[in-house]
Amino acid sequence: MKILVCIKQVPDMESKFKIDGPGQWYDTTDLAWRMNEYDEYAVEQSILIKEELGNSDITVLCIGPRRVQETMKKALAMGCDRGVHVEDDSVHQRDPLEISSIIAEFAKGEQFDLIFTGLQSQDRGSGQVGLFVAEILELPSVSTIISFTCEGKEIEVKRELEGGMKAVVRLQAPVLLTCQLGLNKPRYPTLPNIMKAKRKELSVIDVEQLRKVEPICATKSLFVPEKKNSGLILEGEVSELANELIKHLKEKTSFLA
Amino acid sequence: MKLLLVAEYRAGTLLNSYKELIDFSSKLQGDTVMFLVGAENDVPQYDGTLYLADVANFKEYDPQVHKQLLLEVIEKEQPDMVVMVHSSYGWDLAPRIAFALKAAQVSEVIDIVDSTFVVPVCNSKLRRTIEVNSEKCVVTLQAGAFGMETESQGMPVITKIQANSTSSIEFVGYEEAEQGGVDLGKANVIVSGGRGIGKPENIGLIIKLATALGGEYGASRPVVDAEWADHNRQVGTTGQTVSPKLYIACGISGAIQHLAGMKKSEFIVAINTDKDAPITEVADISVIADLKQFLPVLTEKIVSL
Ligand SMILES: Cc1cc2nc3c(=O)[nH]c(=O)nc-3n(C[C@H](O)[C@H](O)[C@H](O)COP(=O)(O)OP(=O)(O)OC[C@H]3O[C@@H](n4cnc5c(N)ncnc54)[C@H](O)[C@@H]3O)c2cc1C
Ligand SMILES: Nc1ncnc2c1ncn2[C@@H]1O[C@H](COP(=O)(O)O)[C@@H](O)[C@H]1O
Repeated sequence: MKILVCIKQVPDMESKFKIDGPGQWYDTTDLAWRMNEYDEYAVEQSILIKEELGNSDITVLCIGPRRVQETMKKALAMGCDRGVHVEDDSVHQRDPLEISSIIAEFAKGEQFDLIFTGLQSQDRGSGQVGLFVAEILELPSVSTIISFTCEGKEIEVKRELEGGMKAVVRLQAPVLLTCQLGLNKPRYPTLPNIMKAKRKELSVIDVEQLRKVEPICATKSLFVPEKKNSGLILEGEVSELANELIKHLKEKTSFLA
Repeated sequence: MKLLLVAEYRAGTLLNSYKELIDFSSKLQGDTVMFLVGAENDVPQYDGTLYLADVANFKEYDPQVHKQLLLEVIEKEQPDMVVMVHSSYGWDLAPRIAFALKAAQVSEVIDIVDSTFVVPVCNSKLRRTIEVNSEKCVVTLQAGAFGMETESQGMPVITKIQANSTSSIEFVGYEEAEQGGVDLGKANVIVSGGRGIGKPENIGLIIKLATALGGEYGASRPVVDAEWADHNRQVGTTGQTVSPKLYIACGISGAIQHLAGMKKSEFIVAINTDKDAPITEVADISVIADLKQFLPVLTEKIVSL
């Protein structure tokens, strides 16, 4: 199988976010960066397929500034074969269709049997890029998969629906699939594999070579929402915190009374 | 402005969420028509035109077939905006429609301010306003962001629709959620653990507090995905929906899909190291502490009351 996995680098969601100067994105200094959680499942799934079928080749692709190569190296250390870094300092200003068309432009001549993306990105969370890529390339696609099996080109996936229900869907490669949390158990790269990954091919393409469409929507502003909740915030030393919480629970609930 | 509202039908039933679409459209004061792949004996309370494709012929969700049907209606009605709920149906169908229309898509809309859409960013810690520059647009609404309260009433005028129903995808059938285990819906107290518990052994801290309070323990999704707790403990859109008298969220950030499962609880306590975590927005009390240190002390004190 020839496989493409698209990953995005996102900030750690526990970060304290600040708004940048122009007020259209978050300030990217002092943030810890990681692989979008959903994409870890996409990477793992492609590696599982390679381990099962052998004779496969996995390309991991990421659009972003130079720093995304750190995240790409993790994917290579997990087991992807080669990396394609589409270098783009303005990726955060592009709309989902632009990002998708960049990916599709790269993929169109490559004859991938399988393309994996995450269901959504944790920072922007549009959940659009994967399915747009499929529509551009005219590939059948299924979103939100939590199970994958294949026999030759015959693929069976389960799509997760609300309440834990699943839809069983069959289709034939080439396909694009978007991965939901819980699809598998993403591995941690081992030290020898981290070393090996340093020698793997990581090519860099300038985004202008792949950019073919203009944006049709744009961020006007980014802001920190006002706190609306009037709930109590308790801070301090744990023993006192426990006493205080117990006091409040006694007063305000029927418990511990 | 003309809006096309896309109602949803799943596993043999019309979903209530069409009311959120109606609420949204009434906020925009737009003209509406509605689309549904469903059954004639189970239609929305809605006093407008309903374009209905019979589910007996066109089947439950196949993206390629539903896309063709919806595009038929769009062709006829030329709406300015196509509106869906950001559900497993909406987030899958919306990009396909947007692409076919060369229209911008805006996902998970929670509000409209000065004709820009407001959406959450970074696990709801930030908000973004988006301006659309295409003629038409497709939007999905965050589940629960728009109310069910707008009085929807009346009987729709039904127009039956047809389309080419070939597809390269085969929908084989549904698999029900795992049954059995605990019914968290019955518990008065639920103490839930999230990824902040750090390692599987620490689920013990959650269980001990739950036991001390005479309640059940629950979990957020990553804890279940990592198999630190069973699926029947999961609270949220893809787990159980609960509304106990007391809900204690330990090391849970408060993602929208988790909140959807517990925000109707009577009294909510959050225990988290991050003062800005979205869970603090719904909590009656937020204790800013490391749960590994705080929980043993709290449990100890409760046991010896
Ligand atoms: C379609 C869909 C359906 C989903 N369904 C569900 C669902 O049903 N239920 C669900 O829960 N999620 C669901 N999710 C996942 C959801 O989006 C979040 O990813 C998930 O809820 C995050 O879980 P968490 O809060 O435990 O982890 P995180 O978001 O990683 O948060 C961990 C929290 O722990 C805190 N913390 C860390 N260390 C400590 C410490 N030592 N002491 C105290 N606090 C600490 C951190 O500050 C952080 O706030 C769904 C997602 C999608 C896309
Ligand atoms: N900059 C990017 N580079 C590579 N893949 C991306 C990028 N942005 C989004 N994706 C892929 O598209 C998925 C959905 O992203 P989004 O539409 O932003 O929610 C992600 O999980 C990634 O797999």
